[in-house]
Amino acid sequence: MTTTNNQSLNKSFSFQRLKEQAIFVLLFLCAFISVIVTFSIIYILLKESVLGTKDSPAFFQQQNVWDFLTGTKWAPQYGAGNIGILPLLSATLMITGISAVISLPLGLASAVYLSEYSSPRLRGILKPMLEILAGIPTVVYGYLALVFVTPYVLKPLGEMIGINVGVFNAASAGIVVGLMIIPMVSSLSEDVLRAVPKGLREAGLALGATRFDVSSKIVVPAALSGILASFLLAISRALGETMAVTIAAGVIPKLSANPFEGMETMTAYIVEASKSDATRGSVEYQSIYAVGLMLFIMTFVLNIISQYVLSRFREVYN
Amino acid sequence: MPEERALTNDSAGRLRRRHIISYLFHIICNLSTWVGVVTLVVMLTGVVIRAQGSLDWAFLTSFDSSDPKRTGIFAGLWGCFWLMLLTSSFAIPIGIAAAVYLEEYARKGFLTRVIQLNISNLAGVPSIVYGILGLTIFVRYLGIGTGILSASLTMAILILPIIIIASQEALRSVPQSVRHASLALGATKWQTIWYQVLPASIPGIMTGVILALSRAIGESAPLIVVGAAIYISQTPGNIENVGQIFTEPSKLAKVPSSGFTSLPLQIYNYAALQAKSSFRNEAAAAIVVLLVVLMIMNGIAIYIRYHFQKKLKW
Repeated sequence: MTTTNNQSLNKSFSFQRLKEQAIFVLLFLCAFISVIVTFSIIYILLKESVLGTKDSPAFFQQQNVWDFLTGTKWAPQYGAGNIGILPLLSATLMITGISAVISLPLGLASAVYLSEYSSPRLRGILKPMLEILAGIPTVVYGYLALVFVTPYVLKPLGEMIGINVGVFNAASAGIVVGLMIIPMVSSLSEDVLRAVPKGLREAGLALGATRFDVSSKIVVPAALSGILASFLLAISRALGETMAVTIAAGVIPKLSANPFEGMETMTAYIVEASKSDATRGSVEYQSIYAVGLMLFIMTFVLNIISQYVLSRFREVYN
Repeated sequence: MPEERALTNDSAGRLRRRHIISYLFHIICNLSTWVGVVTLVVMLTGVVIRAQGSLDWAFLTSFDSSDPKRTGIFAGLWGCFWLMLLTSSFAIPIGIAAAVYLEEYARKGFLTRVIQLNISNLAGVPSIVYGILGLTIFVRYLGIGTGILSASLTMAILILPIIIIASQEALRSVPQSVRHASLALGATKWQTIWYQVLPASIPGIMTGVILALSRAIGESAPLIVVGAAIYISQTPGNIENVGQIFTEPSKLAKVPSSGFTSLPLQIYNYAALQAKSSFRNEAAAAIVVLLVVLMIMNGIAIYIRYHFQKKLKW
């Protein structure tokens, strides 16, 4: 009896063990897919815009990089040579700027409210509500900008100060993108605010500080790096925002400092160009990849920085 | 004496001022929380009012038309259905498997850190970049065509990070003692995961999956890049009612490769592309339908979360 038992324990090969191994490999491959995805994104963007193949030269082999970055005219349909991304870039940055001006202060203030002031019950109501707002599709925000923000808010405002407001304009796009990312700023910042140890607050209150003093001089400074990281994530989200800005700001590339004019962002251009019948291998077609590469680099850098800051922040308090 | 009195007066005044500032700050923070919520609720009410005239049964069961009175979202609804079905059949198993690997198997090391960091970064990549990825890999390199299959694969990659992160959290919330008990009874690692850990974490995983899918339903930018139709007057595989799925399998086989549109794309078409403002009410009607679908999905997610959280108390 004992010997057979020992034998079965010592058995080095069994179907069960093989199955466990196979499952391990399978699960690992599934996890590894994400790495493959990242490398594929980087590979295709680089290949189509920088490396190229023998038959079809890449975008930056036909178009000077410096001229591309500093050119003020975006017209890839007329061939390479004088394509400049500044009109798209400035539109993207302007809309991101407007949305940041709206969403960062409001988002931070609401994070402070949720973590420092609100009762657990109110928080239980507000949090899911903000989550639902964050889940509204971006086309809907575009529609709201076009049908409500521009005619009912910006038009009267423009008439008051004597500025002509276009049907498509950057301001309305910035406003709705701002509204859209408030929940994101608020929930990310709230997480970092709540991570600040309670002892710090209690020490402040015990010394006679008001709630405002505690929030503004203790909690927010202690969580500052985390808050900045959440700001960066929100900005990167606004940079990559597509449908809302395509609908609200229009698709006509224009280098302008007037937010009441229509302009085309980088994302809107990608949408517009992939809708058109540009032939494969043409400069117009490849410009999608060049713009995509720029967009990817910008958001990637912001994401990496904020991930790094957030992970450092967590180490400090956990 | 008078000097001392002045001093107390002064400090009392300062104290009052500080409390007033604190009170004002409280109000400002409170208002900031509500301002976004209220603005959106007001505007969405406007959408519902605009939708009233256009939202009827015919709108739900008609194809696109150049006449605003006769147009409908039939193709978009079926497109969304097939898109979600295929997307989830790719993304859910892979996402959960990846999460199981990272939580249950992975040793702390360089590779695991790289994968983990990479997943959080992918969650922040703009959706349009996924569109470019799908266009290049699935449509151009692999030649799958611009049908539902390419779009679903693209969407699956897009929501994969969300599913992985949510599933990881759900797995993490299962206490170690459950695993130890199962292993101590002689179960293998996989048996422990399959019979104990996964069933216990299903509510959390389901919640994450539903939220990821509702993100995918509302997404439209990558679909346009991958080549979804903006204007189309047929449903995928020409399946026009649920019965046909079972009675006509030959149509079913055509679904993955057929052109399609989806609800958000139709909204985009009505709102921005159609002749100036004549389709605005139809856009509002389509938005109401989309939001109702999303609210149902969110409702289910919230229900699952609260219902099972009560039952499962470790």
